[in-house]
Amino acid sequence: MKTPDELRTYGATADDRSAIDGPDASPAGKFEPRITAFVCNWCTYTGADLAGTSRLHMATNVRIIRLPCTGRIDPLFIIKAFERGADGVIVSGCHPADCHYTSGNYHARRRFTVFRELAVFLGIDPGRLTFSWVSASEGAKWRDVVDGAVSRARELGPFEGYHGLVDRPSLTGESFATIEDLLGDGSGERS
Amino acid sequence: MKELQELARTLLADGEVELVIGWEEGRRGARPAFITSPDDADRLIFDARCVHNLATYLSPRRPQVTRLGKLALVVKGCDVKAVAGLLREEQLSSDRLVLIGVRCGGVFEEPALKDPAQPTSETVAPRCYGCDNREPARVAYLLGEPQPEPPMPATTIDDRVAMLDALSPDERWQFWTDQFSKCVRCYACRQVCPLCVCEQCIADKTMPQWIETASHPRGNLAWNLIRALHLAGRCVGCGECERFCPVDIPLSLLNRKVQQIVEERFDYVVSDDPERPAPIGDYRPDDQEEFIK
Repeated sequence: MKTPDELRTYGATADDRSAIDGPDASPAGKFEPRITAFVCNWCTYTGADLAGTSRLHMATNVRIIRLPCTGRIDPLFIIKAFERGADGVIVSGCHPADCHYTSGNYHARRRFTVFRELAVFLGIDPGRLTFSWVSASEGAKWRDVVDGAVSRARELGPFEGYHGLVDRPSLTGESFATIEDLLGDGSGERS
Repeated sequence: MKELQELARTLLADGEVELVIGWEEGRRGARPAFITSPDDADRLIFDARCVHNLATYLSPRRPQVTRLGKLALVVKGCDVKAVAGLLREEQLSSDRLVLIGVRCGGVFEEPALKDPAQPTSETVAPRCYGCDNREPARVAYLLGEPQPEPPMPATTIDDRVAMLDALSPDERWQFWTDQFSKCVRCYACRQVCPLCVCEQCIADKTMPQWIETASHPRGNLAWNLIRALHLAGRCVGCGECERFCPVDIPLSLLNRKVQQIVEERFDYVVSDDPERPAPIGDYRPDDQEEFIK
């Protein structure tokens, strides 16, 4: 059995995950998705705080990571979250024109436009990626964002595709389809 | 290519430049050539085997090249875009550089072919089809005869991207994770890229380590995804990464997809104009945001 520190360093298999972060399943045995939320300090974090102080009921599957600004959120954070066992990711910050740093959210919007579409091109279901603007006064909207992301992830099930990568061997190159095979012209032989 | 040799000889003899980077005949087809003496200028060639994007030698990661002094670079239309990218990002100063443009009718996929004929639809590099810069304008000299349009390959890069788009997400995931699991993390794609200019690459950082360094399917996915993302709005589509990839990962499809996204979403096409800012690092308040709820 690896220690939690080793798991954090070397990554976790699906079996190992419960050692870090509690069991995958609720006591009733139902799949409970893990959602990682990257939020900005000024709007969404405060909005989530408001949701809490307002005693709003919402899903408890979300782990919030607070950052200064959506502009500080690198697509690598999302990749890392999936590597460490997330089934879905939320990125949320200030509405356009509300950024504490004037333009951080505009830059983030462009970055995640490209990231999201490229991730879809690689075959990641867009339902696992939730982007939102939640202001400090929108506690109720934060609840809806969380509940929406959790229910989408619940429908999609565990992200076995990504989590399973850790158990996959590296391939030597002959055993799978090339783009030529997919084109169906039979010229899949490697030169 | 007398014209090119004469020009290189004159530039070197007059002391206008210290170095001319072009192509020469090698044992296995065309290869890059560094000419420092006017006597060597007649080694220079240009034909459809000159596939290399020589702008990669201007990268600030290669100070040993720029240290040789002011230089002249022989460029095809596509290579000019990479030079423009370096100028746009202030990785290069234009007063240390003379561009010698050559008219190009498309190049082969590999420089090794013996016969320097016009490329046919079987031998042409897929990226040449639909080239929009066959008469490079932003160069000091433009040489060669006007060339015919590059032939259309059997399947264009856009066809292949569209074909992947038509698959189900699970099929695409299977395809790409298979492809990436071949990756041996040699970073040839990065080393050859004219626009991978970082002195320290994110993939080499170990504290913290964002991208796992072992050649393992999970870290390989992170590396290949981030490599494509870091070239968003910057990649000129020269295809050198794919040509150099020792395990034949179809990187040009990823790069082309990013180009399509950037074009569709930000109305930006990578051009040879160094004045137009790149789309990432820039923004418009009214950018589309239908995916942000």
